[in-house]
Amino acid sequence: MDARRGSLPVPRVRQVGFFTPNAQPAPTRSQSGPPDSSSPPLSDSPASNSLSPVMIPPPRHHSDNLAAAPRPTSPLPVPEPSPFRRRGADNNNALLVGSYNPAETLLAMSPSSSHVGDGESEETMSGGWFRRSNSGKLASSLPSGTFDFSPVQSTAEALKPNKVQNPVGISAPKEQQPEAPSSSKQPKPKLTKAERRALQESQRAAKAAAKAGGGKSVAAPEEVATIKSVKQHQTQKKDAPQVAVSVAASERKGGDKSQEKERRKDAPAPRMQFDDKSRVEKAKRRSVVDQTEAKKRVELFRHLPQYEHGTQLADLESKFLQLDPMHPAIYKVGLQYLAGDISGGNARCIAMLQAFQQVVKDYSTPPEKTLPRDLTAKISSYVSFFTQCRPLSMSMGNAIRFLKNRIAKLSPSLSESESKSSICTDIDRFINEKIVLADRVIVQHASSKVKDGDVLLVYGSSCVVEMVLLHSHELGKQFRVIVVDSRPKLEGKALLRRLVAKGVHCTYTHINAVSYVMHEVTKVFLGASSVLSNGTVYSRVGTACVAMVAHAFRVPVIICCEAYKFHERVQLDSICSNELGDPDAIGKVPGRMDVNYLNDVSNSGNLQLLNLMYDATPADYVSMIVTDYGMIPPTSVPVIVREYRRDHLLI
Amino acid sequence: MPDVQALVNEFLNKLKKRKIEGSQATAKQTAELLRSVISQQRVPRTNQAGALIDAVRAIGEQLIVANPIELAVGNIVRRVLHIIREEDLSLTTAAVAELNLSTVSDDDDDGGGGDQDDRPVLSAAAVAAAARNTLRPPSLQMLLEGAPDFVAVPRSSSSGGDSEGKSKSMDRNSRTRKLKHDIIEAVNELIQDITTCHELIAEQAVEHIHQNEVILTLGSSKTVLEFLCAAKEKKRSFRVFVAEGAPRYQGHLLAKELVARGLQTTLITDSAVFAMISRVNMVIVGSHAVMANGGVIAPVGMNMVALAAQKHAVPFVVLAGSHKVILVYIGASTCRGPMLCPLYPHNPEVLLNELRSPSELLDFGEFSDCLDFGSGDGSPLLHVVNPTFDYVPPKAVSLFITDTGGHNPSYMYRLIADYYSADDLVVQRRHAAGN
Repeated sequence: MDARRGSLPVPRVRQVGFFTPNAQPAPTRSQSGPPDSSSPPLSDSPASNSLSPVMIPPPRHHSDNLAAAPRPTSPLPVPEPSPFRRRGADNNNALLVGSYNPAETLLAMSPSSSHVGDGESEETMSGGWFRRSNSGKLASSLPSGTFDFSPVQSTAEALKPNKVQNPVGISAPKEQQPEAPSSSKQPKPKLTKAERRALQESQRAAKAAAKAGGGKSVAAPEEVATIKSVKQHQTQKKDAPQVAVSVAASERKGGDKSQEKERRKDAPAPRMQFDDKSRVEKAKRRSVVDQTEAKKRVELFRHLPQYEHGTQLADLESKFLQLDPMHPAIYKVGLQYLAGDISGGNARCIAMLQAFQQVVKDYSTPPEKTLPRDLTAKISSYVSFFTQCRPLSMSMGNAIRFLKNRIAKLSPSLSESESKSSICTDIDRFINEKIVLADRVIVQHASSKVKDGDVLLVYGSSCVVEMVLLHSHELGKQFRVIVVDSRPKLEGKALLRRLVAKGVHCTYTHINAVSYVMHEVTKVFLGASSVLSNGTVYSRVGTACVAMVAHAFRVPVIICCEAYKFHERVQLDSICSNELGDPDAIGKVPGRMDVNYLNDVSNSGNLQLLNLMYDATPADYVSMIVTDYGMIPPTSVPVIVREYRRDHLLI
Repeated sequence: MPDVQALVNEFLNKLKKRKIEGSQATAKQTAELLRSVISQQRVPRTNQAGALIDAVRAIGEQLIVANPIELAVGNIVRRVLHIIREEDLSLTTAAVAELNLSTVSDDDDDGGGGDQDDRPVLSAAAVAAAARNTLRPPSLQMLLEGAPDFVAVPRSSSSGGDSEGKSKSMDRNSRTRKLKHDIIEAVNELIQDITTCHELIAEQAVEHIHQNEVILTLGSSKTVLEFLCAAKEKKRSFRVFVAEGAPRYQGHLLAKELVARGLQTTLITDSAVFAMISRVNMVIVGSHAVMANGGVIAPVGMNMVALAAQKHAVPFVVLAGSHKVILVYIGASTCRGPMLCPLYPHNPEVLLNELRSPSELLDFGEFSDCLDFGSGDGSPLLHVVNPTFDYVPPKAVSLFITDTGGHNPSYMYRLIADYYSADDLVVQRRHAAGN
């Protein structure tokens, strides 16, 4: 499988974004934070004259490096991707983006990186990302630079040898040599769009030829970024990264069948519809959790699981000893989901992954079974257990997909203990990179948007948004926060308490009053449970209301969301897919003795209580989405999903 | 009149303590209070109407100050003032017409003036409306003939001979008694209207609700309840989504009432309004007050609902009893606009709002530790905003259903002309100036 995969043309353009062609290096960026901050600043390439202040950085392939790390055989010196570095970092080559990754440190200290360091061009960096592990493919990309500041033709020529040689094992520095001078010295000729397109076409043709000649082992067509809409950014402010990032990756013409197939396979399977009786029956027979169905369903939501809340927990607890195949860690997390002890997309995802890690550690392959198959089956059963406890969020779905993919991709030659440790490190890396570090990047970006005198409105309690607020506060920015809250969870209260404890000026109100307070608001920061590929933000119920009112009052709405939560599903409304909470929470108002109108009628057949958990905010209301890849408009979500999904799976 | 003053004081206290909930109750009680004020007011021989107007206005000012947010009070005061003026005018007109009749006027227009005494209230209103209403154009005939208006006051002085002198003085005596009587009659009618406006509005329900309709409403309004129930009684079956209307949770109350009357009701949180509105056919809500420009002052959260409805092109219908007199004319203090160009309310969310206790949102005990956190300058770190009302701009409203039928928001200013006289629009303003 690996071999086949390896032959696939994976190289991709990672760098997307605007360019300021003649931009000077901007040392006075308003990047907040200390210069040696471990969160990678975006526009930080040494060759910053080529990079726009706004740019989606390539995914950090620590993963690649890591994958290679246990293998001492990796022949290539790997300069690390410098866009994540400060200049100083490049020079002394020891300062790492995330010091959590020892493998990268090693690689970064490899001799080649130090003199590559001064980063003449993006190609230089890209050399470092060539995936040298088991596959011969070029994992990496030519970060934007190629196109804009160097004559493309030379780039293309320079690339061709790369392609051919790389699998053979010629190291990166060599490749760079023809490249660097041309890119750094020559002033960028102004290319019109048409010219660029023509160049691209010719490149493609050349590639095709190279491929034909190169035989099977040669990695497939290279791709070069096409950057759309380059022109208008002369006036772009250097210190404020633009919101919009236009992304255009030229589609591969070669159209590999297998990849297409894979893509189709990756498409989300249709969700379980709970109005389908036979399937529900089937699911029930399998289920561990004894769920009693809610008696009073809301007609519109028959397709969603509606169960009586509060009944399963005791039942499940009593079953603890009987459920033999269930790992205690899984059990614990499942119970926590059920009881609502863990909530919030990131927390749930991390808890799940850590439970899986525990499972993997304690796992031993039964006789006459293979590890990948058996473990995958096991994890599937655990996942269905989790689903019974509480429907999975889309981010968890992404994480599970990643994990299964990693297990499936395990080399059969590895011993069991090696496989297990590999999976565990993969999980660790996922948590670290996709959640922890991603949050740090988002915080950096988003807090650069907070100015003195701002009045920020936040809704509910999103951990990223909270981090943004606290970070901005630590930076000494003077701003006020309006915490908008809604029943029944009233998550804002906890957020309010934490913010006030840190000394942030806060105003608390409920969602009905949002149009009352919106007059004074300058920015709205919202979290998201998931961002769907049509730009719809799927988030805590009420987010859509807040975004709508903000839109009506012309206040920018900024969504903070890690890219691992992006999902290729699409959704237009909040009805088709949602989660139903405990309906009884609607009827009761804790702490208000005077509101007890429904106590005596709650068992009437005509009354239904609907506790929606999420809603879908249309993309029109969203001004921008801050992710770990930069700040993008909602229209760019599908691009991120498309371009980076593979990386989710492959890191 | 000490007893009247006691009544007034009692009512003032209630208003100040916000004991009276709902514009209908307030309107009714205000009207009743004013009725007793009028009945107890001693009127001088001359200029009775003026004396009554002064008395009502004086009390009205107190009432308005007691609860400036409860617009119904001011509206009722204006309505009563308007009634006094109209009755006075109609009596004057009647007297004049009587005199004119004796001089065998050939004016056709006031031909009905002769039998004034038989049905005084009706024709008084009709004549007064015709006479007072500056907005109404003169009749086509009048325009053609160039005839003077039938209210020929100067003619009254010229007319009359010795034979009529006696009857005139007698008439004046009867008028002194009649004026008060008529006014009280009219105020009674007003009270009647206020109490029955629900039924009038509810009667129209079947015209607007069809089978299997899905209706969304927020908070609780008696008018909405009656409206929905009226449709239900006509055997329409439909479903209602009720947003609970935090932090007062009036929606729970409405849901309970609806369920008790057998309607399919689903209670949702306010935050789920946007999610659900795409499956809703119509939004029907009550209101607190209607602005001259067609904007609505409504329970908090309504603007959100209106925006969501607008986004999904769902009709947003506001029920407003026009006899509940929730028509208000808001003007900036500098401008005395003529009636035809009502000033648009400036920032009504803030001006016409009331902030309620934060305890409805945050438990003081729970957050007592946070309340100490203060920045160096002593200003508290934590604020809690709990407004009562929302302003819905007229463009978000699809239709007003009043007891006089359905109206567009753009038409609302016209109703003002029917219910208030231009002189009274300034009740508040005069007071503000006096302050």
